[in-house]
Amino acid sequence: MSTPKNTPSTAKPKKPRTPHARPVDTDQTLSEAAHHDAHHDTAGHGTVKSYVIGFILSVILTAIPFGLTMAHMLPASSLIPVVVAIGVVQILVHLYFFLHMNTSSSQMWNNAAFIFTVLIVGILVIGSLWVMYHLNTNMMPGMMPVE
Amino acid sequence: MSKTINPVAGYENQIDSAYDHNPNDAHHAGDHHDEGPKVTLGFWIYLMSDCILFASVFATYAVLKDNIAGGPNGRELFDLPYVAVETALLLISSLTYGLAMISMEANKLKPVIGWLAITALCGLGFMGMEIHEFIKLIEEGAGPGRSAFLSAFFTLVGTHGLHVTSGLIWMGAMFVHLFKRGLTPANRIRLMTLSLFWHFLDIIWIGVFTIVYLMGAA
Repeated sequence: MSTPKNTPSTAKPKKPRTPHARPVDTDQTLSEAAHHDAHHDTAGHGTVKSYVIGFILSVILTAIPFGLTMAHMLPASSLIPVVVAIGVVQILVHLYFFLHMNTSSSQMWNNAAFIFTVLIVGILVIGSLWVMYHLNTNMMPGMMPVE
Repeated sequence: MSKTINPVAGYENQIDSAYDHNPNDAHHAGDHHDEGPKVTLGFWIYLMSDCILFASVFATYAVLKDNIAGGPNGRELFDLPYVAVETALLLISSLTYGLAMISMEANKLKPVIGWLAITALCGLGFMGMEIHEFIKLIEEGAGPGRSAFLSAFFTLVGTHGLHVTSGLIWMGAMFVHLFKRGLTPANRIRLMTLSLFWHFLDIIWIGVFTIVYLMGAA
């Protein structure tokens, strides 16, 4: 590509824009194709393999907590932390394999919004539970079945 | 003074170039290549705000789940094998939507429509099962008015169900778009954002079956 096709777009208006100016069109088609490739690199839509791996992991991570709960092998006090931990792992699997979250620079704003959301969700859920638990135990003794 | 005031007078060129690579090139207009990442980021921010909505409903449920007012509790009401089938339907639909996206990348319209149809059927199956569960609970006298626990349960599971229903309506519209125009750049962006929405709903469902059904039955 050492032909005048490569002239920067600022130089293009100098050329007569007639139907015979094919080189200009070729250049645009090529740059369009290159642009497409760049999109494919950054968007990260995954492959059949990555979707199937994500699906199999999800099936396993769903089957384990359902199996443990239905078998009634563990007492609730140890079952609940296990079930919650597996749920968190499964959410991470989905974020990685299905929503294609990663640490590439093109995802910076998505990740920033995500981290902010995790923070807000944490404050909201943990804060609500904390406040309400203490209200129940401190303000209304004996009225609520607190576990 | 008959002169009309055009608020964007003189800016048309800039507005065009915001969407377009080369404003001199007429047949390029309407391609809107640069829109994709912006739309996806905007949609992602919407999903994050939706996440906060779900967090509030989850927190409400977690606070109220023991307030059964003498009515039935989760252990008596929840049918885990039934919920496992619902979960399987949503999981399969996430996989088939992923395969639709791969077909879209390969520029194959028919497989996109086929995988999307399977996804929609799984979604419809899920909604059918959820509505059936709700009707059964209400008939048993365990409706949303029975206790604070059941109000919170119907709000949380119902909010997720409403989202799945909107996703299904969007999918229906997507079929019309695809049949009419095929895999145009605009339709690719729509498929991409719907994919984010659909996978996001599957993630919310992981929270629902873990916190509501499994912890309720534990």
